[in-house]
Amino acid sequence: MHGLINRAIQCFVTDSYGADKWVEATRIADLDFVEFEAMLTYDDDITPRLLDAISNVLNRPRSDVMEDMGTYLVSHPNVEALRRLLRFGGVTFVEFLHSLDDLPDRARLAVSDLNLPRIELRDHSPTHFSLICESPMVGYGHVMMGILRTMADDYGALALLEHTGGGDGIETISVTLVETEFAAGRAFDLGARAS
Amino acid sequence: MNDHEALMQALDVLCPMHVVLGPTGHVVHAGPTLQKLRPDAQMVGRRFLEIFDLKRPRAITTMDALRAAAGTKLHLQLRDAPKTEVKGLLVPGLTEGQSIVNLSFGISVVDAVSDYALTSGDFAATDLTVEMLYLVEAKSAAMEASRKLNLRLQGAMIAAEEQAFTDTLTGLKNRRAMDHVVARHVDWGTRFGLMQIDLDWFKAVNDTLGHAAGDHVLQTVARVMVEETRDSDTVARVGGDEFVIILPHAKGGEAMEGIGRRIIERLSRPIPFQGEVCKISASIGSAIYDPASKQSVAEVMDDADVALYASKHGGRGQQTHYVPALRRSAENLAPPKGRDVERES
Repeated sequence: MHGLINRAIQCFVTDSYGADKWVEATRIADLDFVEFEAMLTYDDDITPRLLDAISNVLNRPRSDVMEDMGTYLVSHPNVEALRRLLRFGGVTFVEFLHSLDDLPDRARLAVSDLNLPRIELRDHSPTHFSLICESPMVGYGHVMMGILRTMADDYGALALLEHTGGGDGIETISVTLVETEFAAGRAFDLGARAS
Repeated sequence: MNDHEALMQALDVLCPMHVVLGPTGHVVHAGPTLQKLRPDAQMVGRRFLEIFDLKRPRAITTMDALRAAAGTKLHLQLRDAPKTEVKGLLVPGLTEGQSIVNLSFGISVVDAVSDYALTSGDFAATDLTVEMLYLVEAKSAAMEASRKLNLRLQGAMIAAEEQAFTDTLTGLKNRRAMDHVVARHVDWGTRFGLMQIDLDWFKAVNDTLGHAAGDHVLQTVARVMVEETRDSDTVARVGGDEFVIILPHAKGGEAMEGIGRRIIERLSRPIPFQGEVCKISASIGSAIYDPASKQSVAEVMDDADVALYASKHGGRGQQTHYVPALRRSAENLAPPKGRDVERES
């Protein structure tokens, strides 16, 4: 798994629960180190082991932890750059949903060896969508749930999300749009430079 | 030249990837770059929706519906290979029912440029595509340089760590590594056996046959210890002729006795070196760390040390498992001096 993904997990635990919890998790996961480097690649079996260890340390189901991670990724000030990059996807929440198809390609454009799972949006009606997430790691759909929930708020849209299960490396999220302009949302200025 | 022709010429320069559609949805005119994507199949005269599959908005299947979507972003894909994806924007043309669609590669531009051998001349001078391609290439080159540096640094770091934890003469773990392993077993709450091993008569080998012989003996000893232990055990050289073996999940003194006996037996055989023969043996003291007891690791190490002392005092070439009674008799004889003190005399 790419260091960027492992590093994101590390930042999530450290920023949300403190360095002690993170160190404990790395020990339970039997890692020989506590610090991931963003631009290195690590063995694939490390990440699931780490996620189980975090769930263990925080005493919460892994799916909850993964959804919180998704929320963290697009709301915490320390990772504001990521939220901005996602907002480039579209002017409205629906456009943003459609842009997710391009996400793995866009990510690869930036970091050539970063392989994000494929995401496919199916629109059943103008307000009802299914997001089919390729899920090499069990629970990846829950990360997307956290991201979508927070991005809906970010756009000021009111959306109902449901993880409708998975299997065979695929997880599905059902998205029902109740209102597109429910609240003001957060400002996004295309030209603002990430500080 | 009529207005229509003037418009086409202007569009060919301003938007070389545009297409003009008639009321029925047939292509009336295609920009030069767009036509370049299908050099062997004239686009003019074919239905636009037969050349392109409209991916989004998904509900649109007719030309009327497409015209109604004027001004919104279209996601299209060429129907035959290479199935390049493009973005599009439709506006009404000059005459009733006519539409003009401008297309661009979007994210697929990097692949498209190589698939269709496009040059900067295929893009309008005001189009940022060439700048974007430049950025992608410059970024990739810089990232690649940085990635190589990362790998080099990581390799160097692993080597340095390895070195910091390895005894270079024997390839065994060193004292630091042993402390690290012990700390982890304590963290995990693993019960483990601890063997302290001192070589007997090693100083004599060094003094009479020289350091090269001594080094050869130490390497032989290391090999024997590794061969006689399991992969999960840790063999460390913690001093000149002092070794420690950590045996996780050791059941009791008897289990370690077998290993100790074999090590002493093998080390007591003469070791040939350049026509000479080096004779050594080993004294062993062992103890068990049990996470359920209140004993600290330091206390267990001290127990093993007392047992080692008893082995030495008992005539060397033997092993002793710690029992509290040893401590009383050891006190009567002489206090154990700790392992940093040269015991051979």
